Order: sequence, then structure tokens, then C-alpha cells
Amino acid sequence: MRDVYGETLLELGKLYPNLVVLDADVSKSTKTIGFAKAFPDRFFDVGIAEANLMGISAGVASTGKIVFASTFAVFASGRVYDQVRQSIAYPNRNVKIVATHSGVTAGEDGAMHQAFEDIALMRSIPNMRVIVPSDGIETKKVIKKVAELPGPFYVRLARPATPVIFDESYEFELGKGRVLREGKHGVIIACGIMTYIALESAEFLLKDGIDIGVVSMSSIKPIDTNLISELSQRYDYIFSCEDHNIIGGLGSAIAEVLPPTKARLIRIGINDEFGDSGKFEELLKFYRLDPLSVTEKIRKVMLDDRV
Amino acid sequence: MKYEIEKLPEIARRVRYNTLYMITKAGSGHPGGSLSAVDIMVALYFNIMRYKVEDPYWEDRDRFILSKGHACPALYAIFYELGIVKKDELDTLRKPGSRLQGHPDIKKLPWAEFSSGSLGQGLSFAVGVALAGKIDKKDYYTYVLIGDGESQEGQVWEAAMSARKFKLDHLIGITDRNGLQIDGDTESVMPLDPLADKWRAFGWNVIEIDGHDYSQIISAIERAKENEGSPTMIVAHTIKGKGVSFMENMVDFHGKAPSLKEWESAMVELGGGSIG
Repeated sequence: MRDVYGETLLELGKLYPNLVVLDADVSKSTKTIGFAKAFPDRFFDVGIAEANLMGISAGVASTGKIVFASTFAVFASGRVYDQVRQSIAYPNRNVKIVATHSGVTAGEDGAMHQAFEDIALMRSIPNMRVIVPSDGIETKKVIKKVAELPGPFYVRLARPATPVIFDESYEFELGKGRVLREGKHGVIIACGIMTYIALESAEFLLKDGIDIGVVSMSSIKPIDTNLISELSQRYDYIFSCEDHNIIGGLGSAIAEVLPPTKARLIRIGINDEFGDSGKFEELLKFYRLDPLSVTEKIRKVMLDDRV
Repeated sequence: MKYEIEKLPEIARRVRYNTLYMITKAGSGHPGGSLSAVDIMVALYFNIMRYKVEDPYWEDRDRFILSKGHACPALYAIFYELGIVKKDELDTLRKPGSRLQGHPDIKKLPWAEFSSGSLGQGLSFAVGVALAGKIDKKDYYTYVLIGDGESQEGQVWEAAMSARKFKLDHLIGITDRNGLQIDGDTESVMPLDPLADKWRAFGWNVIEIDGHDYSQIISAIERAKENEGSPTMIVAHTIKGKGVSFMENMVDFHGKAPSLKEWESAMVELGGGSIG
């Protein structure tokens, strides 16, 4: 996802002469370095100073520029919550915060680098839109779309490359979820890296005779209220799936708009804990977010209910 | 807008009067730090800065960023002088729906440039504005007024480093060095001195002045404009509550509105006005 972000920025740099990119000493990791080399007069590294990163971004944006500001998710959200709120969101500045190394994908760096609360924080700020792309192709489409749309965005990217879900013809629409797989017995609504894991889990569940649909909900704010309403009428079981605290993330966003139907919402994610060190795949297992654990959780809910 | 220097004290008198009028009427606000900053702001708006009142988005305008947002009544009083704020609005400070919010809101009042109030953020914003001017080879100046107490915020020094790195010689900072903050004098709450040396150490061009002396304010800005390759910080020594004897250097008037009785004596000291 990061590589795609870097490549897309290069493309956008040619398209928009008023596009400026800022980073806080992690340009090699966030992949903004490609833009820095191609457009040195429109790239600024502010050093290890994330508060200043957000403040300068707001100032540059105030002159009519499109600003992309990047650092790791943990620093792009909690560390600078007040700067994002006051300097960017309140005056509705045209700043796109693109946060990499989100959730468990920060991996071995451990809890201090793993933001499980960033969606919750950013989602609660008025004017701020929150997007969590599910694969590389969607990342490219999202980056292009947020450059086009005025106002602030928080885009949450994973560190590793993830399996391809969408094809090139896919177009990202703000506030729209996408049904990736139809099912009979229930549906998983996922975002980010959990989307491909949801798709794998759905395959596994077929073996137990459970036919479950999968929806990609990359646009967490605004969220696709209509689609959620339809799903709640069609299915008895809705599972939200995210590598984020179940408090305040995708699951909470769904719960906020879920109509009073008989559909039951089960939130799968990080259960109000801090992170831990390990490889991304190890951490998925550690937090029971790998395909087998998610399968097991869904199977248990549905089979228990059947008895 | 260019008024002769001799005209500025009378404008400042009216600005002080209306600032206190608004705060008294609102029953809350920050008179001390508003009054200490009045002369600096009057010099900028009525002698130094280039702008068009009718077009707050004019891209070649000089920008004034009030980082110490709690001094906004003084800014609103200046906007009243300029015809941006209407007379009846002076009664609406800090009221629901008013353009005159407790801290500036640029969505309601775009002339304010920056929605300040969370201290320490204005200088970073100003660095961004000045940086954009540099990218676009514009000749506008970015002025930012920060409080001395505000300079205890770490972000100020992040911004200080970056302004030097980017060689922003069209960025001119002014510190309202009135020496007081809510909990007492700055040197006992959290010492700032030697403040001018701190800015010098960060690579800024530093000028120290009396922030109530118009010729010193104007000549400091002229010297700042002559300086190339680095930003300038003007440390302006001021008196908190300047212009009203019983408010001067009184920490209690940092964030307390005058009573009606106090307002009546302040009115007399400030030579009266057209309202109140």
C-alpha cells in the first residue's frame, strides 16, 4: 500500500502543480521520498516534529494548495490530535493526512508504534473524513480521490503489500461500501487489511455450510448508511472486522447507523488492548484476527445460536 | 492601510475602549493580554500591512496571525475600525452564533486568518503560510503575534527550527512580552528568559523593542524586512492591561472581565467613546 501511495503521489505531482507534500523524518518508510526527489521544491521534511507537521500543512493549505502530510498512524493521530482538530479540521483546511504503518502492521515495533485508536480519534472530529483502503488498487483510487475533493481527510494505510482484491476498473466512491461477495447466512463488513482476511474466512466457512457475504467498507466516515440498512434487513448476522480497537472504530460506526432490525452486530477487532511486538502475521494470530481465528469466531457465534 | 504615525495613538485609544466595552458586555474575556497587544496590532493594521478590507482572500495580502487567540477582542475592535465588524456586533462577543467568538473563527470571520486559541499552533501555521509564499515567489509578509506565556508550548520551538531551516525571511514574529500569565509572572510559572537569546540560538534575527512605542514598532518591522535569509522575532516588551491604570501589570485581569463599576472608571481613563 505504501509503495502505491508513493507512486500515486508522483502521478499527482505532475497533474497538480499546487500539490505539496510534507513528512516528519519517515519519508523512506511512508514512501513520500519518490515525490521528494521528483519535486524537491514542493516537498518539505520538518524533522521529528509532528505537531509542526500538521500546523505547517494547515498554513500551506490556506494559500490554496493541496497538501499531503504523512507519518506513521500512531503519530499522525493521537500525537497530534489537537493540531489536527484546531489547525486543520475546524477551519476545514485542504490537508490530506496519509498515515502508514497502521494497526498491527507496525509489527515488531510494538505497542508504542501501533495505533488501535486512530480511526476513533479522527472519526470524532467534525469535517474530518476517514478512509481505510482494502488493497493497493483501492489505495491508488483513494489517494487520487482525496486529492480531488476539498477539505481534510485521514487515510489509513497498512505497512505491507496486501493481496489484490479490486481490479483496475474499480472506482472509489466516498461514502459507499462495496459488496465483494454475496452470502446467505450473514455478512462481514471489513476495512483495510481485514478485508482480504474476511474473504478468506468466508471461503473457510463454506466448509461448515455457512455462506457468508463480504462487504468492503473503506469509507468509514462518511459511512454507507443505506447499504448497512439493506444488509440489516437481509441478514441476521453482521460481523464488523478491523485491526483497530472495537471501541470507536468501524464496528462502532456501523452500530451508530444500524436500524432497529433483528440483525445482530458482532464486532471483531482489537478488544480494548494495546499492541505487542511481532511480525504482522504473528500479531494477527496473537489478536485472533487471522483468517482461521476469524472463521472460528464467526462459526461459534452462528452455530451457538443455532442450538 | 497607511496612517501617519501621529494618528495611531488615537486609533489605539478607540480600540482599547471598544475592546474593554466588548469584554464588559460579554461578562468574560481576556482584557490584560488584549490591551498589551493593541499598539502592535494597530501599527500593523494602520501603518504597516498591505491588504484589502473588501477581499480577505486577496492572495498578495500580508497576513496577520494572532496566535494568542484570547486577545481577539482587540482584533475585533480593529475590525470594527475597518468596517468589517458592525457596531451592533460589539454587543455579541462570546454569544452563540456571533461572528465574534471567544477565540477567532475564520469560517465566520475570514479576515482573522487563523482559528487560534489552542496555544502554540499559530507559529507553525505562519511557517506554512510563509513557506507557500516562498514556493510561489510571492512578496507578502506573514506576521504572527505570540504570547510570552504561549512560548512555553513546545510546538513554538518546533516551528522556530523549521522557519530557520526554510530561510523564511518574509516571516516576522512578534512576542507580546508582558511578563504575566494566568498563574502569575512568567518567570515564576516557567522561566522564559533569556527569551531573546533563545530565539537567537534558534537562528532568528532578533530585535527587542518597547511594544507601546510606535516609532520603535515601525522601525523594527523595517529592519526585519531588510534582513535576508532568516526569520525575525521582535520581542516587544509590553505592559499587561496597558492603558487602564488599575489593570496594568495586574495578573487578575488576564482572564477576568471588568465589573460595571470598573468599566466606568476605565471609560474615563480611555477618554470615552461613541458607544457604551
